[in-house]
Amino acid sequence: MKNRSLVSINDFTKAEQLQILDRAEEFEKNPNQRILQGKVVASLFFEPSTRTRLSFESAVNRLGGRVIGFSDANSSSTSKGESLKDTILTVSNYSDLIVMRHPIEGSARWASEVASVPIINAGDGANQHPTQCLLDLYTIRQTQGTLDNLNIAFVGDLKYGRTVHSLVMALTQFNTTFHLISPTELKLPSSVKMYIKDANLEYHQYTEITDAIPKIDILFMTRIQRERFSDPMEYERVKNSYILKNSMLEKSRQNLKILHPLPRVNEINEDVDPNPKAYYFQQALNGVFVRQALIAKILGV
Amino acid sequence: MSTELRKELIVSAIENGTVIDHIPSNSVFQVMKILELDKTTNQVLFGTNLESQKFGRKGIIKVREKFFTDTAINKIALVAPNATLIEIRSFKVVTKRKVNVPDNVENIAKCFNPKCITNIEQVPTRFKVVDKTELRLLCHYCEKITKKENIHFI
Ligand SMILES: [Zn+2]
Repeated sequence: MKNRSLVSINDFTKAEQLQILDRAEEFEKNPNQRILQGKVVASLFFEPSTRTRLSFESAVNRLGGRVIGFSDANSSSTSKGESLKDTILTVSNYSDLIVMRHPIEGSARWASEVASVPIINAGDGANQHPTQCLLDLYTIRQTQGTLDNLNIAFVGDLKYGRTVHSLVMALTQFNTTFHLISPTELKLPSSVKMYIKDANLEYHQYTEITDAIPKIDILFMTRIQRERFSDPMEYERVKNSYILKNSMLEKSRQNLKILHPLPRVNEINEDVDPNPKAYYFQQALNGVFVRQALIAKILGV
Repeated sequence: MSTELRKELIVSAIENGTVIDHIPSNSVFQVMKILELDKTTNQVLFGTNLESQKFGRKGIIKVREKFFTDTAINKIALVAPNATLIEIRSFKVVTKRKVNVPDNVENIAKCFNPKCITNIEQVPTRFKVVDKTELRLLCHYCEKITKKENIHFI
């Protein structure tokens, strides 16, 4: 992985993804390891995303590295009309690694082709967000002790959610059985389903959460946004069916864990929070360990 | 030699070079651009709206003293999927073959996604052809698929 960019989760093999998860376990046990002394990581956020930025910057700081960069496009030279290519070429001179978030799809791949240092994609528009995917894999393994042969349910907006798309793609390497729960209008796109079919894996589609609850090990919740519906009446009709309440978990398996990429709005009722099966806050913490592991692997330390 | 082919050669026979036949009439200029015939110093002859038994109307291009590699000629498959390539030496047809849709397409077609970096900054487009019959192009950058009906050429 040394000196390689991570733009899309598929850029790394299954073995490489597992190596990152193993390394992340070491950082979970001992987060402060000053192995990045003398290294500079550029953190270029062309659109604000406080959560992701803080997670990356915390990771670099815990490793003893330095962070330079900006947290929104207004404080970069992009606001003066500079091309992405020129910004990346310039920043390459000042850093050993670039973490980049950008609203334009494909921007991270392009940046990885012009930069002389590796790029980590921290989100390129609606396209890819591979470190979110690694942290989801890490959390699933942490809670179930394995990634293999699990029953995993995805709930909510399966059509537009990029987190869901990359995670489904990654999970097809682990013999997962998929349970897909969404309004008809927001079903998983056929381009993503193709990965499940190509891997000869089982998938079931539902419109009600409760139908899937007794069969699953992981419940991955996402938010449904009003603006995704062509018919506002349809949104009003279905919105409450995709809100998880504690009472719905009665028939669930002992080992079930509920995940959510956060921030949530109302799709998980707060009465779920005290249930030991709720795992979304621990999930967010794992982001730092996984990002420490990825940065360490790419910088070869 | 078929009657059709003989007729074409009569129009303007070439001693050595390449004839590209069965191009859709409205794609002739596109093909010339893709093969960079707009920049060549070789003699280029072309016709559009010619009658064809198979295709109704068609276009044809003849280039003197020039032969194309498979890679170069396959680039035109997106605009002229039924094109035939005829190589001529000493006024004789030496080879005649169909074009093949290539595995990768660079800087010929645009990505249909308006939010793609290739439509916003000066980035040459790159696609993987994921379906050669239906012509579905997977963008190397935004990872979206451009379908045949959405393909526009640069
Ligand atoms: Zn694109």
